[in-house]
Amino acid sequence: MSEVLLSARGLRLAFGGVKAADGIDLDVRHGEFLAIIGPNGAGKTTFINMTTGYLRPQAGRIEFEGKPILGLSPRAIVRRGIGRSFQLPQLFTEHTVLENAALAIAARRGIWSPLAPLLRPRWRDEAMDLLDRFGLRAVAEARADALNEGARKLADIAMAVALEPSLLLMDEPTSGVAAAEKMAIVETLVRVLRSTGVTAVFVEHDMDVVARFADRVAVWSQGRIAALGPPAEVLADPAVRRDVIGIAADA
Amino acid sequence: MKREPLLAALGAFALIACAWAVPWLKFILTIALAKGIAVLGILLLLRAGQVSFGHSMFLALGAYTVAFMAPTEPEVLLLLPAAALVATGFGLVIGLFLVRYRDIFFGMLNLAFAMVLYSLLEKLYAITKGTDGIRVAGLTFAGTQPERPVQEWVMFGIALGLAILFGLLVSVYLASPMGRALAGIKTRETRLEFMGVPARRVLLFAYVLSALMGGVGGALVAMTTRHVTPQIAYWTASGELVFIAILGGAGSALGPFLGATAFELVRVYAAAAVAEAWQMILGAVLLVVILFAPGGVWGLLSRRWRA
Ligand SMILES: Nc1ncnc2c1ncn2[C@@H]1O[C@H](COP(=O)(O)OP(=O)(O)O)[C@@H](O)[C@H]1O
Ligand SMILES: [Mg+2]
Repeated sequence: MSEVLLSARGLRLAFGGVKAADGIDLDVRHGEFLAIIGPNGAGKTTFINMTTGYLRPQAGRIEFEGKPILGLSPRAIVRRGIGRSFQLPQLFTEHTVLENAALAIAARRGIWSPLAPLLRPRWRDEAMDLLDRFGLRAVAEARADALNEGARKLADIAMAVALEPSLLLMDEPTSGVAAAEKMAIVETLVRVLRSTGVTAVFVEHDMDVVARFADRVAVWSQGRIAALGPPAEVLADPAVRRDVIGIAADA
Repeated sequence: MKREPLLAALGAFALIACAWAVPWLKFILTIALAKGIAVLGILLLLRAGQVSFGHSMFLALGAYTVAFMAPTEPEVLLLLPAAALVATGFGLVIGLFLVRYRDIFFGMLNLAFAMVLYSLLEKLYAITKGTDGIRVAGLTFAGTQPERPVQEWVMFGIALGLAILFGLLVSVYLASPMGRALAGIKTRETRLEFMGVPARRVLLFAYVLSALMGGVGGALVAMTTRHVTPQIAYWTASGELVFIAILGGAGSALGPFLGATAFELVRVYAAAAVAEAWQMILGAVLLVVILFAPGGVWGLLSRRWRA
């Protein structure tokens, strides 16, 4: 098996005059945690959308596990093993947190059974176990729309993890989370992700989080990758400090 | 809710007692049960946040299947599955197209299909006898043709049995992964897609099941009233089904039967009391339900328990 899990080459996509992707080349390696940083509007979300089938690039190609995935539907890409979470958590708001988790488990194990309950003992246990690992057991019976932002983010990611993807793309997993909660949430998250062996790409604005948890950092700027490497190097780069970190500190 | 089976048993017992004590109510209650079965289908779609304003088309398909077949095949035990099959087939074909749409488009396209069916039933006089309708006569029950009063009890019994069967089926389905995914269409349909689940297929299953129950309800109406007219497909009939669903409440499979029984009884007594003004009374009832009891009759009952 090759060391590269996801490979993007020459991705281009313009909205009118805005070049949201202007020649993106990126290899994501097996098992790594790759952070994406960069100012708002740099095209970070666009990259995730292209990789997960929500946007079709005008040029370029994307291979996952050595096979082209461009042109596949989002559903087909999920089934190939690429999961994602969203900047705005996408939960079933009128369901309990437990049901949200159980539905994600059902989506993997087989949802097409109209006669057996969703919360059958085995799936309930599995869902509880998942919530436990994310520190959400206490809110299992709460309705999803009653959670605070941090718990919502974690539940959103838990549902993506329940699908057992080999690559997980997370769009700003800590944005909107209160500063006091942030590190605890990231620690929980990283612990769970490391235990599953999933490869993770995450968009992050907090440089402390990036420095502590990323194996590599990619710096996005105006639809291009301006720098790529270990956090110690990239975050020390004066140009990056001026153009990205300065902006992030303001945000 | 653990009390649902208990309440269902009490309700069934109360219906039997009413039908026994007041014989002429038997007819009304049979119709209420038949409509309740059809309204279960409306409830499924409501769970997905969708309203069908044309569901009477499936009652019409079931009813006309009975009317067309009865002269050559009068056996009720064969006519019921035949009606269910016809409605299910149409539900599948129409559903494949409709599940692409949501909200007002979904509701109105259902209405459009129902209106097409209504005009066909009205205009194709040679086949349907137009607004005169078709009489349904000579039904047999497991090969026998009992006396009229016995037949009424048999029809009531069949309707009650099917109501319990479909009520159970819908309760079980709504708690299943497919049923919970159906409810997910209402709040976060896109999430289903992110999980690799085709939301349209989830909705299609519910739609086809709702068509099946509509067909069974229509067949029961035809067998009870013994006369089928295009009126059963008219848009007001569809509106009535939605009315009953809201009146009864979408929180439980018991709601449609509570709603249908209340609706038919109010209609009968209001019509007797104030002749032409019963629609006004129904309108006022609906207004009160929407404003003060959005969970319908079921919502009032279950709130009482929790308090
Ligand atoms: N669907 C879209 N339609 C039009 N413009 C878009 C769309 N998606 C993104 N853009 C534009 O592309 C640029 C990059 O957006 P995005 O990828 O969301 O940036 P980021 O996630 O880095 O903040 C922005 O200028 C944005 O307005
Ligand atoms: Mg973004």
